[in-house]
Amino acid sequence: MRNTIAALILCLASGAVLAAGGHGPRLEKAEIDLGDTASLQRGAKLFVNYCLSCHSAAFQRYNRVGKDLGLTDDQVKENLMFAADKVGALMKVALREDDAKAWFGTAVPDLSLVARSRGVDWLYTYLLSFYEDPSRPLGVNNLVFPEVGMPHVLWELQGMQRPVYKELEGAEGHSSKAIDHLELVRKGSMDEQEYKRAVRDLVNFLAYLGEPAKLERQRLGIWVLLFLVVLFVVSYAMKKEFWKDIH
Amino acid sequence: MKTMTTGLLEWVDARFPLTKLWNEHLAEYYAPKNFNFWYFFGSLALLVVVMQIVTGIWLTMNYKPDAELAFASVEYIMRDVNWGWLLRYLHSTGASAFFIVVYLHMFRGLMYGSYKKPRELIWIFGMLIYLVLMAEAFMGYLLPWGQMSYWGAQVIISLFGAIPVVGDDLTLWIRGDYVVSDATLNRFFALHVVAMPLVLLALVVGHILALHEVGSNNPDGIEIKKNKDERGIPKDGIPFHPYYTVKDIVGVVVFLFIFSIVVFYLPEMAGKFLEPDNFVAADPLKTPQHIAPLWYFTPYYAILRAVPDKFFGVVAMGAAIVVLFLLPWLDRSPVKSIRYRGVLYKLALALFVVSFVALGWLGTQPPTPALTNLARVFSILYFAFFLLMPFYTRIDKTKPVPDRVTFK
Repeated sequence: MRNTIAALILCLASGAVLAAGGHGPRLEKAEIDLGDTASLQRGAKLFVNYCLSCHSAAFQRYNRVGKDLGLTDDQVKENLMFAADKVGALMKVALREDDAKAWFGTAVPDLSLVARSRGVDWLYTYLLSFYEDPSRPLGVNNLVFPEVGMPHVLWELQGMQRPVYKELEGAEGHSSKAIDHLELVRKGSMDEQEYKRAVRDLVNFLAYLGEPAKLERQRLGIWVLLFLVVLFVVSYAMKKEFWKDIH
Repeated sequence: MKTMTTGLLEWVDARFPLTKLWNEHLAEYYAPKNFNFWYFFGSLALLVVVMQIVTGIWLTMNYKPDAELAFASVEYIMRDVNWGWLLRYLHSTGASAFFIVVYLHMFRGLMYGSYKKPRELIWIFGMLIYLVLMAEAFMGYLLPWGQMSYWGAQVIISLFGAIPVVGDDLTLWIRGDYVVSDATLNRFFALHVVAMPLVLLALVVGHILALHEVGSNNPDGIEIKKNKDERGIPKDGIPFHPYYTVKDIVGVVVFLFIFSIVVFYLPEMAGKFLEPDNFVAADPLKTPQHIAPLWYFTPYYAILRAVPDKFFGVVAMGAAIVVLFLLPWLDRSPVKSIRYRGVLYKLALALFVVSFVALGWLGTQPPTPALTNLARVFSILYFAFFLLMPFYTRIDKTKPVPDRVTFK
């Protein structure tokens, strides 16, 4: 089975969604915007509703999310906190590692830094690329993460996709089947555009989660650089003044 | 009338050579007046070492050298410690900046023959600094306890296992365990924050004392002490302070500008300074697909992989560094500076730089047969620069060196 999937993945040809690249399928651009607070808030809501039951974000505190996303402590408690009672608590989950291994075949990774290790484009494409695969224990597989242990938790939103295969001529005359693209076979509560926007919001939030200080760092950077420009003018003038008698 | 401050200074000077030190090393240390762009990197290296120590001290206040806690404590610094993200990025960017500055500083020495007599010991001190710096960076990179920290250390330490007879015991001794573990993390922390910085600072002092004993070289490779005025001051010399202090301040500001662009806008440097895999906590059961050391080690890593045999690969990697120490005695040219050297040395140096950069790139790539062959070619060129140096520098046609320094 593993070999078949690996062969399928290796043979991925270019399609509307996916293309064969040097290292697996081509990733779609997430095109997130960390400055879009409304998007981050929607993403946070999706995150706590769909991810935070199994995945933790154990390095992040609820009230930090609130502070950075423009929410009051009460708003955070009402909208984002289901598993903890203190607003300064870390975003942990009750899921035990042993249970996770029994249910999904693997430990469930913490998502605090997933945007930094996987990259936002990978996450975006991953969440768009679940498809029905009866051979898998949970009935779904993923194009960018073959044999993934995670169920398609967003299927109610996206609906369910099924792969469309195409024949590939092999080098030695025998042909093989490869996934050309995915097509929607059961509608979800969102249409394609709505779902893509939701995933983009979620990935945006994950990117924020990876480095909450990023916006602050970029805001501050400008002032540091401006200060250094001024300092350069002054220090260069001082150097000129001292050096005018050196020939 | 004596003011309070001069009075205080006299009191101190009678008990400690404060004015004497100030004069010997700054106000009356005469440096050649023709320093160019390449002479900024010495003072910049000093700036970076101070910055690494200061940011390092503050990071240590919240970091936990414990395999269970280390990764989380770094994220705690990034999220919960006030300005922790800035301290961490200054330190991580500082590590790479240190190597950039030091590589350019060493290249300056190669160009202007700064390692040649009478500056052999300055070069040796410098090489020791470089060696300690590599150990310091390697040990520091384990501390965040990410996947690359862990597996990078695993791979590099296992290299010592290639040494015959004692290899296995040696790796065990270094790690303190059969694999990289909590014991390794603890000792690397101790070495990274106490032992190595102490040695590094002592060597820096030695480097500067040796420099100030013989005096600085310059882009013309002329000994300015050969031309002194009636007061015994080199005619081409100017006091380091204020002339070079004010000049170096300009260099510092320009450096900080570029440095800040990285710290505030590109702290990961597209995975070169902070690797994506290092945002995953160390997992001894899960080997990453592609393990490569950070960019500043990759030239040597490429040399290691270019040799088919593991033991001789390790020997070649070690030799690539050892051979740098011998430079003052390999160079037989009568002139120091590249300005007055012949075409042979210029060609050799250019090939060496190309080889070093190419090896650095190859060390980041997965070892395909074609790339490995390429690494072999560049490894040979790397060693040829040194091993053939006694010959090509002797027969190289040099130009006459002027008596006094020039501005170019």
